[in-house]
Amino acid sequence: MNKKQKMFIRMVVASLVRRRSRMIVALLAIVVGATILSGLELIYYDVPRQMSSQFRSYGANVIFTPSGDDNIQREDLEKGISEFSSDEIEGYTPYRYENTKIHNMPATLAGIDFDSVLKTSPYWHISGNMPSGVGQALVGAKVAENLGIKQGDTVSAVNSFEVTEETDTSDIPAYEFYSDPESGELYCDHSLDLEVTGILETGGSEEEYIYVSLDDLTSLYLTDRGYDIVEVSAAAMQDRLSQVAETINSKSETISAKLVKRVTASESSVLTKLQSLVFIVTAVVLVLTMICVATTMTAVITERRKEIGLRKALGALNSSIIAEFMCEGLLLGGVGGILGSVLGYYFAQFVSMNVFSSSITFRPLLIPITIAASVLVTGLACLIPIKSAVEVDPALVLKGE
Amino acid sequence: MSKLLELKNISKIYGDLHALDNVSLDVDKGEWIAIMGPSGSGKSTMMNIIGCMDKPTSGQVIFDGKDISKESRRKLTEFHRDKIGLVFQQFHLINYLNAVENVMVAQYYHSMPDEKEALAALERVGLKDRAKHLPSQLSGGEQQRVCIARALINSPELILADEPTGNLDEKNENIVLDIFRQLHKEGTSLVVVTHDPEVGEVAQRIVRLEHGKIVSDKKNESFSD
Repeated sequence: MNKKQKMFIRMVVASLVRRRSRMIVALLAIVVGATILSGLELIYYDVPRQMSSQFRSYGANVIFTPSGDDNIQREDLEKGISEFSSDEIEGYTPYRYENTKIHNMPATLAGIDFDSVLKTSPYWHISGNMPSGVGQALVGAKVAENLGIKQGDTVSAVNSFEVTEETDTSDIPAYEFYSDPESGELYCDHSLDLEVTGILETGGSEEEYIYVSLDDLTSLYLTDRGYDIVEVSAAAMQDRLSQVAETINSKSETISAKLVKRVTASESSVLTKLQSLVFIVTAVVLVLTMICVATTMTAVITERRKEIGLRKALGALNSSIIAEFMCEGLLLGGVGGILGSVLGYYFAQFVSMNVFSSSITFRPLLIPITIAASVLVTGLACLIPIKSAVEVDPALVLKGE
Repeated sequence: MSKLLELKNISKIYGDLHALDNVSLDVDKGEWIAIMGPSGSGKSTMMNIIGCMDKPTSGQVIFDGKDISKESRRKLTEFHRDKIGLVFQQFHLINYLNAVENVMVAQYYHSMPDEKEALAALERVGLKDRAKHLPSQLSGGEQQRVCIARALINSPELILADEPTGNLDEKNENIVLDIFRQLHKEGTSLVVVTHDPEVGEVAQRIVRLEHGKIVSDKKNESFSD
């Protein structure tokens, strides 16, 4: 570094350090702008993730159904689920439906996993308790009304079937068998007693079923035949879900994956509008920040017109003065950008915790973007007043006119 | 003695105002001239034209044999940076640079800053021990001496001073005039614009301006080095 370059740095540093109070005012304007910009950038990019989690209260957004005549088997289901990344899967619930009789009235049993069902159907409202194991049932409100079932009742679900040579009857008590007096064929009314722990209210078709554990259904129907349908709740947007569904459909011969359009489409629509809103707010803030920084830098540079006039009188070329003042401005912009990136993260965190009740994801890439934007805005804000200041006649400035 | 500066039929017109009206003036190398006159007489306009900070409306400015009256702004800036040292009534030091840094700024725009040379220039005006002080920590007289050191640092052919003692008390005025005497002895040309008769009386030659015209131009008989 030669003496001229050293002197350049000495002048810039002296201006920044010894004119501290002025520089702090300028720096403050830049830091505030960079903080808001950085915070809104973080929120803008985090909105899809935040909203995807929020939207999960709508319930499942992907449905697996059998693609052929066979039901979905456990291993096929696990393969299908593995197409999602682990952080995308909020939960999944397999359903197996069987017809039964309760109080000699037809009803439909739905075998589910009680531990996971609220992840795919968080809107379920249960009067009473969720069943905690075998021998317990959750009864849909409509079924309960039709059959006169109340919480705390014990109901008996009956599986009536014809006994053939293939039927494994080893665990069935003898009194459940009977013969048709006309044909002489052997029948069985295999029953399962269920304690009703709660009544399910959703206002929808879910109220038409009696929910039992998959193990109870296997023991009542003497077979584990797989699942009729699987509800999947995944924290991902419509495009990603479509992509995963296509992959599953092309890879699996037994599963057909479909998006729940009313959920995914409304999610996508709301998200697009929300992102547009944040984008517009970010753009408006950026413009306001530019105006604020430009006004401050204009004031800071205007009060140095006499110094600029003096430098010209000492033989400084315009290009040299622009370089010195721009260097100061860009340094301020850089420092302001760094501070703004850090403070912006905390600002975004504050907003996220208050709006979404969850923390924001830190994105390192936004740091250089914020610094670059801060430097660019400060540079542009400085350029206009500097260019106007160097056009000043040094003789007039030095005379104080 | 050869001519350092020639103003030939210089006029400077602002609208209807003739700030300088067909003025001609020669300055020899090593000469000390005082340009005197009341406010509005054209002193400052003449100083700006001599200092290459302004151009005449008509006429020629010949500096060291070179006609500079038609040069571009950029050329004029380069020319005055190399040939002329400026001393201002209000000192015009950069307030966030200390004394030696203020002197080095002139070196920076001229050629290459050198702190030792800048300290030597401050020593010449008796301020070496105040080199690290900011302008706000210096008295008016000290600030003017820093301003003179800054004007001297690039060894200019001409020192152009605009009311150099206008803001000084008598003691500091004498210090500044002693420095001018010393510079003159060393062969530096000086043009001092002033309305103070005491400052004018110490010059070698006194030029009087009124209403943009030279009304008298005579040697100072009482001048002594």
